[in-house]
Amino acid sequence: MTPPTQPRRLRRLAAATALVLALSACANGGTPASDGDASPGTGTGGATSDVQVAFLPKNLGNPYFDTSSTGGREAVAEIGGTFSEVGPATAAPDAQVSYINTLTQQQVDAIVVSANDPAAICGALNDAKTIGIKVVTFDSDTNPECRDLFVNQATAEGIAKVQVDMIAEQIGDEGEIAILSAAANATNQNTWIEMMTEELAASHPNITLVETVYGNDDDQTSFDRTAGLLQSHPNLKGIVSPTTVGIAAAARYLSTSQYKGQVAITGLGTPNQMREYVADGTVTEFALWNPEDLGYLSAYAANALASDEITGAEGDTFTAGRLGEFTVEADNTVLLGEPYRFNADNIDDFDF
Amino acid sequence: MSQTRPAERSRTYADHARPWWQRVLLTPEMAIIALLAIVVLVASLTVRNFATPITLTFLLLDVATLLLIALPMTMVMITGDIDLSVGSMVGLSSVVIGMMVQAGQPMGLAATTAVGVGILGGLVNGLLITRLQLPALAVTIGSMALYRGIAVGLLGTTAVTAFPEEWTTLARANIPGTPIPLVMIVFAVALAAFVVLLHFTTFGRGTYAIGRSRDAALFNGVAVDRTRIILFVLSGAIAALAGVYYTLRFGSARGDNAMGLELQVIAAVVLGGVSVFGGRGALHGVVAGVLLIGVLSSALRLAGVTSDVINIITGVLLVLSVISGSILTWARSVRARPSSATPAQA
Repeated sequence: MTPPTQPRRLRRLAAATALVLALSACANGGTPASDGDASPGTGTGGATSDVQVAFLPKNLGNPYFDTSSTGGREAVAEIGGTFSEVGPATAAPDAQVSYINTLTQQQVDAIVVSANDPAAICGALNDAKTIGIKVVTFDSDTNPECRDLFVNQATAEGIAKVQVDMIAEQIGDEGEIAILSAAANATNQNTWIEMMTEELAASHPNITLVETVYGNDDDQTSFDRTAGLLQSHPNLKGIVSPTTVGIAAAARYLSTSQYKGQVAITGLGTPNQMREYVADGTVTEFALWNPEDLGYLSAYAANALASDEITGAEGDTFTAGRLGEFTVEADNTVLLGEPYRFNADNIDDFDF
Repeated sequence: MSQTRPAERSRTYADHARPWWQRVLLTPEMAIIALLAIVVLVASLTVRNFATPITLTFLLLDVATLLLIALPMTMVMITGDIDLSVGSMVGLSSVVIGMMVQAGQPMGLAATTAVGVGILGGLVNGLLITRLQLPALAVTIGSMALYRGIAVGLLGTTAVTAFPEEWTTLARANIPGTPIPLVMIVFAVALAAFVVLLHFTTFGRGTYAIGRSRDAALFNGVAVDRTRIILFVLSGAIAALAGVYYTLRFGSARGDNAMGLELQVIAAVVLGGVSVFGGRGALHGVVAGVLLIGVLSSALRLAGVTSDVINIITGVLLVLSVISGSILTWARSVRARPSSATPAQA
């Protein structure tokens, strides 16, 4: 009975060994591939720098971050450095820590990260900073002490103003408008609505804000609230929705209703959600920021830090390629600029 | 199960007929340990930046939560039960210490309360399963949703991050002069306790008996229900303790912390050679299983492999480890028949 078991056991070990060799082959296969991706950037572009910039979005496979990484890759190619993108499959609060640790082990020059949690990645980022890695946050900031620089996509003032400007242009600067917001206690939206109300009172006396309703960032609720607004305010000329869920639901309602073309809808939206409503004429123009520019600027900021051109202190200035010169503002923040307006002319340039 | 019983018995007999060194070395546990050694070796030689002390630090910080929770999970699964609520319990424990620290309570009291909540949660699981005779799978799927719901409900979408810095630093600090995190001392103590409990006490032998056959264990005087309740309480308590570490390590208490952790733990335990049907498994295999998953993902990440591919590789490894047992049993039964016929032919 005993002898036959030995070869079988050995065979199992042999199989296990083969498996590991196969796995390590995968591991080996990975290394040259990632180097290969980056090497065209290293070799070309005048080689003013050999900076290694790693982008760490909230998660991979997200069109918004695919777009920002496109901008980052473009900028790093211009600089002549090495670009890489790593990240978790899901945007869990703790998922980015392992990736930051890995980048620390690899001793990249700069990490450009959009934080899933403002505190959870702080420890890992501090480890990275200890060995001299520069940390730039974009899109979603960490606690300020955990990074060197935050590239802010837009200010609350800018977001409020662009929405008021757009609705005023679209309804001829007079008449009744309403706001379709997210949840009643949504911090961002409430800040913007307050600023929009002030801006309306100050610069657009002929526009009346008749009601603010809340769609709770739920598609169906936002859809129903839009219907309710149009019924209860027959003279309504426009709706502003400072949330991507709300504007898409409102546009969907308007596009099949009698109000299409009569009532303007604008606010904050993404090109992929709004494309068909811009194409069918329901929506003239809406705003957000340009994630490609955001990634592009963040990569230049990372390079400026890594090459000791700036320290990230207030008043530091650096040039970000085609976007021009930027100045570091209070709290080690760089502002991308005014929100970006999407309309029929440019919407097909974007895929996020 | 019932038709595999005779084969199991004959295998046990055959195993005991072998020399002792074969019984110790030629086991699924040793296969996993060997695999771990080979992966470490191959990664050290081929993956840049892998063979550094900091790799060990980051790796152990990463797997500490899994290692801790895997200890009671091993015993729960040896009895043929399963505890799917551990990930949610980590989240709930995280919220409890977050809220208490926010309310100005000292860290020690907050952590004790969190572990108390873990004991309570485990007790609820154990009582429902034994008193109402419900399958552990069904009960803990329910409590997984329940504990997660309470956790998210208590803190909403907010996070508590105002933890005393000396505690968050401590959670990530190394044993002075080594690259080994302090939390490994906690794990070492827990591991020693569980090794004694599982492998050197009648209580531990009872868990194997329960896993082999609950009725037979009962007739042989094993306190089946009491054992199972105790194990669920241990599982809840250790998950809550791991939640304290998890919260301090990330410095962030959130209701959605450790989402999906239960599946990572169960995957590692199964990879470590514990049978999903109960009755077999050992802690050295489970520790190696957790480390194997940790080392593989660490090495593959360093090698620039994307998270999707890492998931595929660990998934394939897991499936192989599960089916390897079945294949071996099948191979033995095929071998057994011709070999008994061989003497007649020869």
